[in-house]
Amino acid sequence: MDTKRRKFLKIAGAAALAGIGAPAIVKLTSSAALASEAVQHETAAHGEVAAATGVRLGMVIDMRKFAEQPELLDQAIAACNKVHNIPHFPNDRKNEIKWIWKAPYANVFPELESIHKSEMAKKAPFAVLCNHCDNPSCVKACPTKATFVQPENGIVGMDFHRCIGCRFCMAACPYGARSFNWQDPRPFIDTYNAEFPTRMRGVVEKCNFCGERLALGLEPACVEVAKSAGAMVFGDLNDPDSEIRKVLDKEFTIQRNPAAGTKPSVYYIV
Amino acid sequence: MYNKGTIIPGLMIFIVFVTFPLWYNGLSAGTVPKPDLPIGQKECVAPASEMRDNHMKLLNQWRDAVLRDDDRVNVKVGGKEYRKGLQTACMQCHTDKEKFCDTCHTYAAVQPSCWDCHLTPAVAASKKETH
Repeated sequence: MDTKRRKFLKIAGAAALAGIGAPAIVKLTSSAALASEAVQHETAAHGEVAAATGVRLGMVIDMRKFAEQPELLDQAIAACNKVHNIPHFPNDRKNEIKWIWKAPYANVFPELESIHKSEMAKKAPFAVLCNHCDNPSCVKACPTKATFVQPENGIVGMDFHRCIGCRFCMAACPYGARSFNWQDPRPFIDTYNAEFPTRMRGVVEKCNFCGERLALGLEPACVEVAKSAGAMVFGDLNDPDSEIRKVLDKEFTIQRNPAAGTKPSVYYIV
Repeated sequence: MYNKGTIIPGLMIFIVFVTFPLWYNGLSAGTVPKPDLPIGQKECVAPASEMRDNHMKLLNQWRDAVLRDDDRVNVKVGGKEYRKGLQTACMQCHTDKEKFCDTCHTYAAVQPSCWDCHLTPAVAASKKETH
């Protein structure tokens, strides 16, 4: 009887030691992978942005072209509004629903604001829309996963069905690209597009990079209008042969609020 | 049994009260609704019996496929392709929400929230673009 108890205690002790020691062993063996990662970080320049992999849809907005043709931006906005059943609230900033809209340079690039800027930056309204960030803060803030990054193309999509209207995403977005439906938008929609839904009261909405049009092989509605003038270029940022990459390679572009670390997919030529 | 005099009549009143909807309607379920079926189109994306039971699940699957999984592969019905969606597929044949959807939903006292956002053909036509 005594020997049996002694044996039992020995086995129990050994098992307890093994249990405590196991996580330490796992940590030791995995440290090699961690070390190689650290080396990679050291080689990149400070603040350099790593590109996401796969198809990443993006846009270049050439403000020089928009400044030349002031009516072009209005047409692009109107095309978007029509396709997506966006309501229009005249002189009512609180209820305004914005997918693509106009804003002055000082509001679009506040960190680049200077006293002696070009005539265009002083006068022309800038086209602004959701930046479809690689690292979107709105997605992190959403408690219901109603907004998410589509892994197939990098679009920051929204599932209006799931939105509970908490507006955390609106607070999180550094670009003000999201709008809230404070009231039923339907009475304020001019014409209905029968192929797209409207929204209801209490739902947040934003630009979807025309996901429904891309599926049909069409370009986004705003791009379709502005493309011929060369004011907007749309395409895969990760495809080195795409038109958008050729423009990006040639022209110097800037992005909205890069310090936010959201890695926007919309580039501006100013 | 204590308080037989109050318990038994009490139970009787309770049972009568609970079964009120049944006997008030004369133990019949009322006239079964007959939704208007599309003319000239015999097929749907699934057999009628399955659609009757599971159309709401199918709509949710389509919603997730289109919005979340970027799976916008068209559905084929009777040789014609439709884009997955309430407005782009279902209502292309079932053109009258009031005479199709509502007949059963009213009978079953369910209020699906689809039409808070999705446009019925009638609503869409009310603000159609005029060229």
